[in-house]
Amino acid sequence: MNDKIKVTIDGIECWTEEGKYIIDVAKENGIYIPSLCHMEGIKPAGSCRICNVQINGRNMTACSTPAADGMNIESNIPELEEMRKAIVEVMFVAGNHFCPACEKSGNCELQALGYRYQMMVPRFPYEFPEKGVNADSKYIYHDRNRCIICKRCVRSIMKDGKHVFALNGRGGEKLHVEIDTDLASQLTEAEAQEAMDICPVGAILKKERGYYSPIGERKFDKAPIGSEIENK
Amino acid sequence: MKDKVQNIIGEYQNDKNRLMDILIDIQAEFKCIPAEAIETIAGQLIMSKADVRQTLSFYHFFTTEPTGKYTVYLNDSVVAEMMGRNEIAKAFENEIGVKFGSVTDDGLVGLFNTADIGMNDQEPAALINGVPFTNLTISKVKELVAGFKAGREVKDMVGKCGDGMNADERIMSMVNSNCQRKHGSILCLEYEVGSALKRAVNITREAVIETMRSSNLRGRGGAGFPAGLKWEFCRKSGGDINYLVCNADEGEPGTFKDRVLLTEMPEQMFEGMVIAGYAIDADEGVLYLRAEYYYLKAYLEDVLQKMRNDNLLGDKILDVEGFNFDIRIQMGAGAYVCGEESALIESMEGKRGEPRNRPPFPVQSGYHNEPTVVNNVETLSTVVKIILHSADWFKAIGTRESAGTKVLSISGDCKNPGVYEVEYGISVNEMLEMVGATSVQAVQVAGPSGACIGPDKFNQTIAFEDLATGGAMIVIGKDRDLLKEVVLNYISFFIDESCGSCAPCRSLTLILKNKFLKLLNGYGTMKDIDELYSWGKYMKQANRCGLGQTAANPILTTIENFRPLYEALVKTDDEFVSEFNMDKAVEASCKYVDRIPNVH
Repeated sequence: MNDKIKVTIDGIECWTEEGKYIIDVAKENGIYIPSLCHMEGIKPAGSCRICNVQINGRNMTACSTPAADGMNIESNIPELEEMRKAIVEVMFVAGNHFCPACEKSGNCELQALGYRYQMMVPRFPYEFPEKGVNADSKYIYHDRNRCIICKRCVRSIMKDGKHVFALNGRGGEKLHVEIDTDLASQLTEAEAQEAMDICPVGAILKKERGYYSPIGERKFDKAPIGSEIENK
Repeated sequence: MKDKVQNIIGEYQNDKNRLMDILIDIQAEFKCIPAEAIETIAGQLIMSKADVRQTLSFYHFFTTEPTGKYTVYLNDSVVAEMMGRNEIAKAFENEIGVKFGSVTDDGLVGLFNTADIGMNDQEPAALINGVPFTNLTISKVKELVAGFKAGREVKDMVGKCGDGMNADERIMSMVNSNCQRKHGSILCLEYEVGSALKRAVNITREAVIETMRSSNLRGRGGAGFPAGLKWEFCRKSGGDINYLVCNADEGEPGTFKDRVLLTEMPEQMFEGMVIAGYAIDADEGVLYLRAEYYYLKAYLEDVLQKMRNDNLLGDKILDVEGFNFDIRIQMGAGAYVCGEESALIESMEGKRGEPRNRPPFPVQSGYHNEPTVVNNVETLSTVVKIILHSADWFKAIGTRESAGTKVLSISGDCKNPGVYEVEYGISVNEMLEMVGATSVQAVQVAGPSGACIGPDKFNQTIAFEDLATGGAMIVIGKDRDLLKEVVLNYISFFIDESCGSCAPCRSLTLILKNKFLKLLNGYGTMKDIDELYSWGKYMKQANRCGLGQTAANPILTTIENFRPLYEALVKTDDEFVSEFNMDKAVEASCKYVDRIPNVH
């Protein structure tokens, strides 16, 4: 047991190995720390900020901070839950998230977190940005108005060792995710599906097939987000 | 074109990590980075074109379209506006016939706005093809435009050189250093170049670090992390190669002290870098120089060459076996956030300047994932004097928690703007007296990311334990409209400069601005002020880096210290006021049918 370390998350003692990210340690121990940018096995982005937890009174993102022996981590505290709800609301107003018309509805992680935090209406005014769409490549329809810039696609979708998605611009108004049309055109149908599946919202959609799971059978119709961890 | 681009990439050994330099050189060659060049880069570095644009589009000074034979970047920060930059902008537009943000049809002149260029003590100021032009007047603008039309060299239009080393033939700039106070100082004390390094190499590396630790020298960039401790962490990290980086990317609006240190005493800073390199056992040092200070590059290169000739740099420094250390200059390309040390490292690696997640800290895993120390220009310059005079001598100056002196960049509504080296512990009142500021409404301490304070706090002192500052102090006179002229500008600055990685920094800043504008436009309620304040607090809580955490400070600190100004904007007792103005909405159509809006 020498290489095992102990951390405490919300008062629960968790044993794990050195170097594992807190969010994954929590998951193993039945604690759900919400996040919209985390992907197990991929270099963390720490960009959505929803998984902020308190470690010795300091806010750190659980997806990017490795667990260290003796850490005392607080996640389910009102201060953080309130902040998480605010971030979810910020994302809703900063994009065009018209759930009823969106193909990803029911499978959308942002929508699911909206339900988890019982968001009725965002406290912030809607911005209705116009960031454009790109449908130039064969299998992918890319709607930037729905993108929350979690960078999952930027970090993981590659073709011939090159990034298919990349950030473009800087600053609150100009930043967006750009799709490399040349490269995206070479994606196979399966690869396009993979890109759609890792997108937490409805920004990356696969062409030629839509709304294929009927209401009632979509991912979060059956069980709310996080329940697969919390009810284990 | 393709051959030239390939040659440039070849000069950097087809190394992706040098993408910044590749882009800088291509832009220098073609005045922009055209699509064809992007394609060549992507092909040769084996990356997607979107990936090349990912880096390129991050930096303010990179452009894919030609920006004119003469490219004017006029500062639009707060102090520039105070000093009349808007009239200068109008003069440029009138003389040239195009608006800011565009280029003349014949491709002769391009007019663009830019954030603070580090010339707050001599505004209005602009960079024209990289050459600074300061204290601009309308007649000077006319002269410049006549020069553009006559096809004159930008350098030839400089005219009279500024004070100090600015007149040196390697710089030949009209910038003034404006060193206002050197008495009782540390940095400005005369010394023999190389003498501190000689002392340092006569003691062990550990002893140098111990001297820094016991001197209590804290980082001068703003965060105030103990320099000796940083060096020790790096040394103990056990990496293969250690790097030493000097952060000369002072982008905080209102700061310009590093510009003066780089101009007047670069040897001291470089010597500090060599000493630090010795202490942490580094082979390579990098000076990350902000793009706005490109006009100093040739001069700094020359200083480095002299140091190599004098055996203060290069192989076997001062004949010490195994002590090899050299310094290269890495240019930036216009990004405030690169002043954050991990963002600066990302930029050095040819990427977007996005701050990294920590841990790991740069001292554990920095440049090329090796242990890296990043210190500020002023910190490294101070190192030289501590080695020469001892830690105890240094500790005796300043306050208990803030040893030594601080170089302040003071600008705004005062008689003598410029650079002042003061002992820590000086009060704001004393500072204001020193610079000849009377009738002061507020002082912006540490720039927009710091705090805006009013006269009731002017008895506070400049020190890490009281008012911490990286050096920017902006004096705001009584006649200024604090919210409209200062706060609004800073809010927009943070929106533009956000790297956009963190959702709250990217999006909440825009929401805050709209709310602020609602108040400013007279549609606000008391509830709006409270919401502005509570929403602003999320920024500190949620964001990763110093920029994001402090991006709401212009709003938060003015609500805290100047709440009556906000309340004066509220015209009603109602809890809700619509921002929507029906009269205004139908104004245009009413005009056409010759009616007066009366629909409400």
